[in-house]
Amino acid sequence: MTALVEHIVNPTLIEARERPELIGGGFFAWAREKLFYSWLSSLTTLVLLAAMAKVGISLFQWAFLDAVWSVPAGPQGPITDSCRALGSGACWAVIREKYRFILFGTYPFEQHWRPAIVIALFVGLFVVSAMKRFWRIELAALWGLMLLLIGLLMWGGIFGLTFVSQANWGGLALTLIIATIGVAIAFPLSVLVALGRRSDLPFIKWLCVAYVEVIRGVPLITLLFMASVMFPLLMPEGVNLDKLVRAQIAIILFFAAYLAEVVRGGLQALPKGQYEAAYVLGLSYWQTSRRIVLPQALRTVIPPLVNNFIGFFKDTSLVLIIGLYDLLHSAQVAVAEPAWQGFGVETYIFAGLIYFAFCFAMSRYSQWLEFGLNMLRHR
Amino acid sequence: MIAETDPTTKATAVSIQKVNKWYGSLHVLRDVDLDVAAGERVVICGPSGSGKSTLIRCINNLEEHQQGKIVVDGIQVDHNIAHLDAIRREVGMVFQSFNLFPHLTVLENCTLAPMLVRGVARPDAEAQARAYLERVRIPDQANKFPGQLSGGQQQRVAIARALCMKPKIMLFDEPTSALDPEMVKEVLDTMVSLAKDGMTMICVTHEMGFAREVADRVVFMDHGQIVESGSPHSVFGQPRTDRLKLFLGQVLREH
Ligand SMILES: Nc1ncnc2c1ncn2[C@@H]1O[C@H](COP(=O)(O)OP(=O)(O)O)[C@@H](O)[C@H]1O
Ligand SMILES: [Mg+2]
Repeated sequence: MTALVEHIVNPTLIEARERPELIGGGFFAWAREKLFYSWLSSLTTLVLLAAMAKVGISLFQWAFLDAVWSVPAGPQGPITDSCRALGSGACWAVIREKYRFILFGTYPFEQHWRPAIVIALFVGLFVVSAMKRFWRIELAALWGLMLLLIGLLMWGGIFGLTFVSQANWGGLALTLIIATIGVAIAFPLSVLVALGRRSDLPFIKWLCVAYVEVIRGVPLITLLFMASVMFPLLMPEGVNLDKLVRAQIAIILFFAAYLAEVVRGGLQALPKGQYEAAYVLGLSYWQTSRRIVLPQALRTVIPPLVNNFIGFFKDTSLVLIIGLYDLLHSAQVAVAEPAWQGFGVETYIFAGLIYFAFCFAMSRYSQWLEFGLNMLRHR
Repeated sequence: MIAETDPTTKATAVSIQKVNKWYGSLHVLRDVDLDVAAGERVVICGPSGSGKSTLIRCINNLEEHQQGKIVVDGIQVDHNIAHLDAIRREVGMVFQSFNLFPHLTVLENCTLAPMLVRGVARPDAEAQARAYLERVRIPDQANKFPGQLSGGQQQRVAIARALCMKPKIMLFDEPTSALDPEMVKEVLDTMVSLAKDGMTMICVTHEMGFAREVADRVVFMDHGQIVESGSPHSVFGQPRTDRLKLFLGQVLREH
């Protein structure tokens, strides 16, 4: 009887019992089972292995063995001939020379410690926010405080810090600012829009529906273009919003429309009985939303929320089309100088690795969270 | 034994007059009249789909009636928000599916509304919640989450949660229908003890034993109408209509 139940619950057990070689056979048993079970599969495996080895070796050679790690300095800037010599691999010297530009853009060189601290603050803020034990209302206060501190560091102008206009912000620091402020404002906004979409008041409901549908129907590039070209035309004479602020507004509106749909999914998953129980206990609409509905609804949509954050982080790179020097654009512009022209691949790889580090961290975090939440649900 | 209550000498807790309700073209309540006196215990029974839930949900405006008049504790159920808020505060409800808040502990489930709605300070709300949890005989589960309790325990928490708002009237919508048979008794015992304390109760239930023990009146509904009403003894003992006879036959067969 119990054996039967086991079979139903765990089909791999059946497989293991009927084919004992699967158990404890180690790597060779696994390989024979999965990779070499027929002459066709063996052939495929061998061909693919050979191709992978070939590509891997060439890549390794290019990236490490033949790579040029530094170039001598000349009177008119660096001498990059060794990078251009026949048979030379990756020119990592360009990264050594330009990494500060890629990370901080055109921020004044001697003030680079300020955006460097800003990047560290962001990473710290992300780590703290990722920990469940800090998921309290105080976290929102911490975010407010941190964003204030970050603005203070970037702009300066007080406490003896020289003023730096946001026209000079750039690199990873700018990407983190745009992405984080985008999400930090878009997320609460999306919650309001999602609630509004389910409102009994027709005007609010249709306003929210129209907002979400219009923004979702338009590519982010279009929104950014409109923000940079159309927005100034719509503003009254003399009012001139900064380019960064306009891009930030477009990005917030774009993020919020997508997040609102995710949040709405969470709201829909909540059983009607929860609303009814709150109603008969006398809770008001906002009390019900804040204490009953949102804590449950948001918990269920954390994985898709994080997935959206990953997408948004990369989407911010589109601001380059309106001339902001974010991480990707800086990586592109870093090789504009004649001496370094042609080494864009290296700077793109560098920028790509930075994007990857952030996105991979978010992705792993989301998987870990999902696992933890499932455990909670099955408790 | 429960003291006899005489509806005529007591204030009216709930007055339902000529109430009609439709879902689209489906006529679910037809000219329903029902007066419940303060301290009275009324049991509503009837076949599935006869409109029992709809009727008691109209009392606290979970559903809206379209014709007729419902007055709860002297306040009319209408579109006035102040009226509805006042009624929600006076009427507690227990659902078939418990509807506890799964993300809050048992104690938090019981203190949330008193603190938010009645403005009770946390220590007082917690003391009161513990007292009610004691009454429903689960004082030691206060810090657990609803998901960690059995169905019977959850339903008793739901009763305690409703009582923490100190309602004048309690509505029960088939509180034991979703429970495993061995847990029905613990919930019914809680309800009996509540009835003995003089709470005004309107219960939709098919538990005839419970009805016999505590009900002042049993109301039989079918097709959105009140078909028969009277003491448990007369309704269960001498059914006058065929519909009630048929229903009683079915219920008795099931149990
Ligand atoms: N929200 C609703 N929309 C449409 N029809 C409904 C709704 N709720 C209940 N009904 C219908 O109204 C009738 C009465 O339902 P209900 O009051 O739940 O009956 P009971 O509680 O006696 O089983 C049933 O026919 C049911 O299908
Ligand atoms: Mg029902």
